[in-house]
Parts: sequence; C-alpha cells; structure tokens
Amino acid sequence: MNQQVDIAIIGGGPAGLAAAVAAHSAGIDNLIIIERDEELGGILNQCIHNGFGLHTFKEELTGPEYAARYVEQIETLQIPYLLRTIAVDISVHGDRKAVMVMNKEKGLFTIEAKAVILAMGCRERSRGALNIPGYRPAGVYSAGTAQRYVNMEGRMPGREVVILGSGDIGLIMARRMTLEGANVKMVAELLPYSGGLKRNIVQCLEDYNIPLKLNHTVIDIDGKERVKGVTVAKVDENRKPISGSEEYVSCDTLLLSCGLIPENELSVGLGVKLNPITAGPIVDESLTTNVEGVFACGNVLHVHDLVDYVSKEAESAGTHAAAYIKGEKKAEDKTIEIAYTGGIRYTVPSAIHIENMEQNQVIRFRVDNIYRDVELTVRIGDTTFIKQKKKIMAPSEMEQVIIKKAKLLEIPNPEQIIITISKEGI
Amino acid sequence: MEDKKHTNQQELICIRCPIGCRMTVTHNQDGSLQVAGNSCKRGEEYAKKELTDPTRIVTSTVRIKGRSNQVLPVKTKEDIPKGKIRACMEDLKQIEVVAPISIGDVILADVAGTGVEIVATKHIK
Repeated sequence: MNQQVDIAIIGGGPAGLAAAVAAHSAGIDNLIIIERDEELGGILNQCIHNGFGLHTFKEELTGPEYAARYVEQIETLQIPYLLRTIAVDISVHGDRKAVMVMNKEKGLFTIEAKAVILAMGCRERSRGALNIPGYRPAGVYSAGTAQRYVNMEGRMPGREVVILGSGDIGLIMARRMTLEGANVKMVAELLPYSGGLKRNIVQCLEDYNIPLKLNHTVIDIDGKERVKGVTVAKVDENRKPISGSEEYVSCDTLLLSCGLIPENELSVGLGVKLNPITAGPIVDESLTTNVEGVFACGNVLHVHDLVDYVSKEAESAGTHAAAYIKGEKKAEDKTIEIAYTGGIRYTVPSAIHIENMEQNQVIRFRVDNIYRDVELTVRIGDTTFIKQKKKIMAPSEMEQVIIKKAKLLEIPNPEQIIITISKEGI
Repeated sequence: MEDKKHTNQQELICIRCPIGCRMTVTHNQDGSLQVAGNSCKRGEEYAKKELTDPTRIVTSTVRIKGRSNQVLPVKTKEDIPKGKIRACMEDLKQIEVVAPISIGDVILADVAGTGVEIVATKHIK
C-alpha cells in the first residue's frame, strides 16, 4: 500500500516551505515535502549575501537566515519532509496523483497525494544552450554552480575569471570570487543594459573595479583540458558579433549567468500545460494548473527576483491547495482572461474565475524593456480599475497589481482584464 | 562612481530604490557637499555618506574544523568601512570554527579593528 497524503510538495526551497506552512495553517497536516538536497532551504542555502526579507520580515537577511525562519516553522509544526529524495515522475492515478520518488534508503517508491504543489525552482541556462563553440575544457561553470562550490563546499572554481551575463547571479559571483582572491577580468553582457540591481553594479563591480562590457558576448572558448582564454566580441543591435571587434581574454574560468529556466520536466510528464514565455505552468487565480489538484508556485512557475514575492505566492498556493482538499472551491462559471499589451511580457495568472478569486487578487507580471515615465492601466471593458504613473519599470523587476473582487463583481458581463503600459496621454 | 579630475565634482548612481537617479555631488570650498540629481532625501543622504564614509556589509564563509566539504556562511553584524574589506577577508581566512553552530553565534568579536562582530548566518549541525 503506497503512502497516502493530502498534499505532496515537490521541493523544499523557499516556495515549498512557505506553501507547506500555509497549507498547515489552513488545517491540512497530512502533507509531505519532497527535497532532493541534503537539507531544506533550496537555493537560499548558497545565497550567503544579504538583501532577503525586507518585505517579509522588515529586516535584511542573508539567504540561509531567511530559509531558517521557515525551516523553524516546519520543525515546530512537525511538517513531515524527506531529504535526499528526488521525485522522478508524477502521474494522475484515479482521483489522486502518484508521485514516484527515489532515495537511498527505500529505493523507488510511490506517494499518492490528493493534491500536488509544484515548487521545483529553476535551472541555469547551460553552455550547450548558449552554443558557445570550443572543446569541453574544465573551467566552464554556470554562476550558480560556482556559487555552490564556493559558498557551501569551500572550493574555488578558478583564479582568472571571465563572467558572461550581468544578471544578479553574475554580479554577486564577480564580487564573491574577487573576495576569495580570484582576478575577475570582466563581466560581459549581451544586452545594452544590465539585468541586475543598481546596488549590485555598485557593490559588486564598481567597488572592485571590474569592467562591465555591455553589448558584448563570448564567441569562443580556448583550451582543451582546461580553459586557457575566451574570445569576447561586441554585438550589434541584432545581437550579432561585429567582425573586427574580437578580443582574446586569457583566463582559466568562464562563469555563465545567462538566464534561469523553470524546471518543469515533472510538470510536462504530468500533462501540465506550460506558457512558452515563462516556461512555467499556465495557472488560474488559485495557482492551479490545467491538471486538477496540481498547483505551482515560486521559480518553477515564473522566475522571481525577490524571495519575498516567492513566499507570498507560495503561501497563496498552499492556502488554495488546502481549500481544494477541504472541498471549498466553488463551482466555476465565468472565466476572465487576462490580456496585456504595450510592453508587458506575461502575467501570472493567465485567467481568473470570479467565484474563486481572492478578495484582493494579485496579478504579477514583467515588462519587456526598460520604461521610464509611463502609465500602467488595468481595465475591464470601459471600467478603469487601476491607473498608476510609473517612473521606471524594468524587465528585471517583477511588478504586481491587485484587483479587488468586490469591484470586479460590480461589472456586468466582464470579458477580459486588460493590462497596458503607455506613455501618458496616449 | 566617476571622478572628474581637476574639478570639484563627482558622479554616482543612487542605489536606494529602483529609479537609480544619476547624481552629481559638488565639493564646496568650505568642505560641505552639494548633491544634485536626486529625487528624494534618501538619495541625498546616500550620496553624502558614500562620498565621505562609504561602508559595506561583508558576507563570506569560514572553515569548519574536520569538514573538508562544508563551510560556514558569516556576515559582519553591521557595516564596516569599505577600505577595511580586504583586512576583514584576511581575518576570516585565519578562522576555523567548531560545529555545532547556531545563527547569530559570534565567530569573531572585532574584525579588522572595526569593532564590528562577525556572526554566523546558518545553523550547522
């Protein structure tokens, strides 16, 4: 007889932890967190820098400290969890989901859950996916891999470093490697702007005189056994390398910080539909995917910048999963699509069922470029819900708007919620 | 931060909020600083502090006795002067802690003569 639980949470990082605590608070104690690493905390364990928790705890914590706040609650509430246990498949099994997992002690076994919360987080874009030519020498790592080596295992990936990608992980590692004695020669960034926080540009690059080369990329890796150097080139407005701009930079390590991709192999296996823009599941207001009883939250749903938002989103998923178990979901009648124009890349959720939406329903989204002095509008038909002046909006900063259920109910026959960004007066 | 050599002005970008105002700071004859380009008081405060007494929180790791595959993450409890970061890292290199450790444990009472404590940021069993 397989172990039976009400809720199985795949992943014990910040999303899984917050979802578990919320589901428990809502009255579900037959749940289990399935975590493949040696400990709970997920990616926070290697993010030893500070800046976490300003919204949630009104303090600036380091990653491990933020994780500890939730792990404490897991231990106090005695929420069960499995470590060093990896979920290898999830399938629909009658009115339950069969979660096939594997660990050293029990081998392969199945946990049957009424509901599943997907909280697997994301992976980094690899060198293969970037199509950087060359042999396969030692010394090419994703920035996150280097971060784990340095911050958890106490190992230096290399001494002469080039970093490709100026998102926060790349910037943070530029500083970290430098503090540990490496010579970080440059950070190359394909785009004309950095995706990282200004704070990190100042405190990770400027503080250490590390050059940031915008509109640049790595076009070749030299070295057979070990990286000997890379070729960096300027790119044009179509992001194509400009002939003649190539520069050889000798180094023994290349760190790649070129994007995070939600890890949805398990979701796809289950039949969950993904949004090609986010590479995460399409969800409704309850963070339910197209598969009933399967919820998603955190980086597996869409890549976040603030762990505080992850915790809020996961709390919502946990609460909704609990409501689903308790049979509190109302029969859905009307679905309202969330449409967007003018510079918005995607929204989460993609659609709302009025009956089941929250009193204050959060819609999170990202823009596709840097916008200054614009107007953010949310309307349904002729009714304007929100009209906000925004001094700046950037792709690297997730935004959110809140739709009040009471106000939405006042509108007869609502069709779509339309979110737009425009220059004032246009 | 750019230094315009031979002038009394410096440029910097504010980091207090996502706007990232580009500010110009003028050093007056009487030693005072004049900040321009900020949109709020926080920006002015940041610019003045950054140019007179820049400080940073330092986060790093220290070795754990008997463990070759695991290090302890630590932080300076408060800001320390930017110029003391190198010395801080040198001090941390000398340290080897003994498990178990709790978050908040003082690993070093005074790092690099700053008077600031180094504290653990992770529970280690």
